[in-house]
Amino acid sequence: MTDRTVTEDSARRHFLRAGGASLATMALVAAGLLRPARVLAAEWQKSAFTANTFAGALKAYGATQSTESRDIVFTAPDIAENGAQVVVEIASNLPGSQSIAVFAEKNPLPLAATLHFANGALPQVRLPLKLAETMRVRAVVKTADGKLWHAQRDIRVTLGGCAG
Amino acid sequence: MSEPIKIRATLQGEITDIRILLQHPMETGQRKDPATGKLVPAHFIQTFLVSANGKPLVEGQTNTAVSRNPMLAFKARGLKVGDKLLVSWVDSKGEQRSDEGVVGAA
Repeated sequence: MTDRTVTEDSARRHFLRAGGASLATMALVAAGLLRPARVLAAEWQKSAFTANTFAGALKAYGATQSTESRDIVFTAPDIAENGAQVVVEIASNLPGSQSIAVFAEKNPLPLAATLHFANGALPQVRLPLKLAETMRVRAVVKTADGKLWHAQRDIRVTLGGCAG
Repeated sequence: MSEPIKIRATLQGEITDIRILLQHPMETGQRKDPATGKLVPAHFIQTFLVSANGKPLVEGQTNTAVSRNPMLAFKARGLKVGDKLLVSWVDSKGEQRSDEGVVGAA
């Protein structure tokens, strides 16, 4: 009796696993069919973008350890009147710069954007951010040797922008 | 139907200045609709791609912290007047948009 129960149970588990796998595959196919652009671009890094603390977002992105660098030029206003539209510009002069990630430390979801550069694109970006309150914004640059560097700016926000 | 991506690319010396305007509400999911008082669901661009002559230049991933109708600026080396740019995005609802631009003279 015991043996039979075990067999049935493991068969059921196997069936469940198989069912789960095929459902996942179907979901992927459906997603692929619905979103062909995803084939070209890398998948959205959900774990890093949905992390709700600065430390958690850095960890999920893999940038807990980085060195501050003066070769990253981070241009931003000292005081932003409207937190819904704070334009920041980040340019890396570090040789072999491949990507830039922008973290807004006190936003509900700190990781704001990641950018990967190739084929002659210079490692720099200008983009508008929503900042919930006065906070520090950190830019993390990844270089071809796998090293991580950062620069940061304190931005005072007089009217928060996360609701906007 | 989503609004078109506005693309402006101008060659200045060896560097092409690329500006893209992604017309999108970029809803955070935290904003209340003034009429109903209910939260407007999150709806934002998650990935975008800027490519030139079929090769990717910038692959971006974004969160709700990027402003509504964001204008992004990039620079690239090695392009010439007449080169074709393709910009596309995919948002959190799976909606997408692709538009083309051409590198112009400054």
